[in-house]
Amino acid sequence: MPNEDSPAPALKRTPFHELHSQAGARMVDFAGWDMPVSYAGILEEHRSVRTSVGVFDVSHMGEFIVEGDNAGEFLDHLLTNRVGDCPIGKAIYSPMCKEDGGVVDDLIVYRRLDGSFLVVVNASNREKDFQWMKGRVGLFDVDLHEESDDWALLAVQGPEAMSTLKNLGMGEVFDLGRFRLVEFEWKGLPLIVSRTGYTGEDGVEIFVPTERALELAKELSVGEKIPWIGLGARDSLRLEAGLPLYGHEMSESITPVQAGFGWAVKTDKPSFIGRDALRMEKELGAEKTVRFFLVDDKRIAREGMPVLDEGGEIGVVLSGSKSPILDCPIGSALVDASFTGDAAWVDSRGKRLPIRFAKPPLHR
Amino acid sequence: MSNIPKDLKYTSDHEWVRLEDGVATVGITDHAQEALGDITFVELPAEGDEFETGDTFGVVESVKAASDIYLPVKGAVEAANSALEDSPEMLNSDPYGEGWLIRVRLDGEVDTSALLDPEAYAKLCEEG
Repeated sequence: MPNEDSPAPALKRTPFHELHSQAGARMVDFAGWDMPVSYAGILEEHRSVRTSVGVFDVSHMGEFIVEGDNAGEFLDHLLTNRVGDCPIGKAIYSPMCKEDGGVVDDLIVYRRLDGSFLVVVNASNREKDFQWMKGRVGLFDVDLHEESDDWALLAVQGPEAMSTLKNLGMGEVFDLGRFRLVEFEWKGLPLIVSRTGYTGEDGVEIFVPTERALELAKELSVGEKIPWIGLGARDSLRLEAGLPLYGHEMSESITPVQAGFGWAVKTDKPSFIGRDALRMEKELGAEKTVRFFLVDDKRIAREGMPVLDEGGEIGVVLSGSKSPILDCPIGSALVDASFTGDAAWVDSRGKRLPIRFAKPPLHR
Repeated sequence: MSNIPKDLKYTSDHEWVRLEDGVATVGITDHAQEALGDITFVELPAEGDEFETGDTFGVVESVKAASDIYLPVKGAVEAANSALEDSPEMLNSDPYGEGWLIRVRLDGEVDTSALLDPEAYAKLCEEG
């Protein structure tokens, strides 16, 4: 049985920390933050988001601002997707790669009303990303600074997310298109709201200044009208939807092309870091690809377990969880591109777990 | 605070043991099920399987992790809770009742000094 680690005092806390305790959350150390892993139970929380609505505290994510005359060119140099000409009010997903095509991080760029770019990065990569970006400013006329501690972030997700927000009086977001953002004052709170998320469901992400975060939680009746959802369900939801998690389906050794995100690698851009390696990989075809699967067994296939077919090892498991929607374990694997079948098995501590590869979203 | 019944013995691996009439019933504690989260799969031994004290006799899997479970006594399996195959969530909802794991016919004396009483176990949980 596991020994529960008591959080070290140095762990950082989001402004919603007290609310998580009140809601009975189980907390874990996530990238140096004391974060809620679950409240009612991962499977129940997962179902809430798939069938109605739930809210995630994702205030630990990093926010950088890029502005100045060359802000667009600078980001187009760093990122594989085309973001420099991103219109105001739009959000774009992009990997940020090394020269060899390995991924430094995957992130979302938001073009704010004032023309500046808001870059939202994974909590686990905040410092690494900032150093990477700062080290490449060079001759670009840009101002890059971090605002991670200035912003709290709530993600309201689920098929009833938009109607719930409307009923709470946030009509401003109702006509918002996918990957669009608006900035407005709501009940006296200055908000940035984008129609983005990480669950495969409809919904929004709401940025609020850290010192006003609890006011927002109160206005949204978080924990009452909208149940809290922890990081555990965040992981099973994104896996079921086929969304990559940095360090698993995309990493310094798994390129965006291998991860199935070739569409976010614009090799027709004249230059960006990683372009040569990624263009080559796109033209020749990746040697390995990330694929998602269902397990025909009750056991969960865990990260690092080998994937095999009759001929031997063909890959390795990257993520594993359980889908409460399908009522079976699900996962992802990095598989040799030469393997084109749909059936294989995972070696789970000497036991064979039959798996079937499927195109995500797995739950539909 | 997790539930720690007074009439049971405990291990530092978060199993509980009920000793009566030469038979030990074994399960995982409320604290353990809470720490594991939603339990998705339980693997238990067959009737008649024999174990030494400290042997791994099964596996409890949750969404988060797979954990070995250890037998704190020596003996042969008299019964395994087969209902857990279809309803592993009973380990979450009723760890000391419907969520029991196995019953073992004891072979020899149980070294109770190696087991924790409820007070000592509560202290262990507090310390984490």
